[in-house]
Amino acid sequence: MELVYFLIESIVKVVVVFGVLMGAVAYLTLAERKILGRIQVRYGPTRVGPFGLFQPIADGIKAFFKEDLVPAKAHKALFVAAPMISITAAISLFAVIPFGAVIEFFGRKISLVIADLDIGLLYVFAVASLGEYGVVLGGWSGYNKYGLMGALRAAAQMISYEIALALSVMGVLMISGTLNLVEIVQQQAGGHWNAFYHFQFFPFIFYLICALAEINRTPFDMPEAEAELACGFNIEYSSMKFALFFMAEYAHLIAVCAIATTLFLGGWDGPFHLPPTLSWIWFVAKTGVLVYVFIWQRGTFPRLRYDQIMRFGWKFLLPLTLANIFVTGLIMVVRGQ
Amino acid sequence: MLLNYIPVLLLIGVAIFFACFAVAASALLGPRQANQTKGAPYECGMPTLGPTHQAVPIKYYIIAMLFLVFDLEVVFLYPWAVVFRELKVAGFVEMMIFIFILLVGFIYVWKKGALNWE
Repeated sequence: MELVYFLIESIVKVVVVFGVLMGAVAYLTLAERKILGRIQVRYGPTRVGPFGLFQPIADGIKAFFKEDLVPAKAHKALFVAAPMISITAAISLFAVIPFGAVIEFFGRKISLVIADLDIGLLYVFAVASLGEYGVVLGGWSGYNKYGLMGALRAAAQMISYEIALALSVMGVLMISGTLNLVEIVQQQAGGHWNAFYHFQFFPFIFYLICALAEINRTPFDMPEAEAELACGFNIEYSSMKFALFFMAEYAHLIAVCAIATTLFLGGWDGPFHLPPTLSWIWFVAKTGVLVYVFIWQRGTFPRLRYDQIMRFGWKFLLPLTLANIFVTGLIMVVRGQ
Repeated sequence: MLLNYIPVLLLIGVAIFFACFAVAASALLGPRQANQTKGAPYECGMPTLGPTHQAVPIKYYIIAMLFLVFDLEVVFLYPWAVVFRELKVAGFVEMMIFIFILLVGFIYVWKKGALNWE
């Protein structure tokens, strides 16, 4: 009987998370266009529905009815598989992200996370790297020179920033002593957020920079670089395959913000206490602020040159994240923790 | 507990199903009027020049090898970081020696100019 309840609980959580995520991705596209529009002193979409609120739905329907082109010389199987790999990896990330405290439902304790894994953070990094295969394979299999360049750049960028990304969270691991994301959040309860209470503010910034590079957004959007590569890795894609790449990018964007919230900003812990059933509000609010920051910097920073990106990753972020491990370790040893 | 992984598989299954559904639906719903021009690689309206999959100079292969070295370092650091509190000073000193040795290599690579992009 317990197993049946467990399965029902899991299915409900998976369906809810998937539904909310898809809705969030759809409206994030609208939000990004609106915010970028306002930054550039224009309105953004306003025509479809009040304030353009039906625009994502219209975009989705349009994507379904567009012609599904596969270039004659493309590697067909990989060409079709690439966007599917991207979106699957991006959605799968949410399996371990805790979005609320433990709630009681008819006497049953339900923790608001799909799977409470002890290797949560490892799972996140493993799955997030898989998403990059979609970009690399998509760029290569389309038999297009721009696409190939985009894929090569994506690969180079990923291997340069992945190390700094993994090193930037090391301080949090040392402090919390676990890879379990639920436990990491519980240890930050009562305002003991890692970013402020435990001197992890700079790693928090490093994490955000590396995350930007991992999800290929401005100023690190070299794989797409509209100005030079005419959209880069997804150049040969059309209809829903093209849309899948974009949904993957936005889902991944929400995921990295949610992980930053979990690791550095205390997850569902807030300045004042909310009942467990409403604790997810803090989580959504913090993730939303980070997402807004990501859109904001897209409207603010120009795209960097390629060698600048590589130099920044290897000569700046890598030594600094290593230094952070030293400093965090030193503080903990001196304090005798 | 292995049971914990069932929800993860469920979510991955839903994601794969969604991806297949989206690709299949757009393939069925969209018009199909393929012709030779549409099948050609898109190069901004210019006639295609030469094959795409020829030998491309990949300048970052040294960086790719450095990636292996440092990613292995990260792999060693993760378990250390998780048990850092129990290891106390001894663990800290040991890991700093390890990082220092790698750092010497890193400085050597830096001075050699392997991180510069020509």
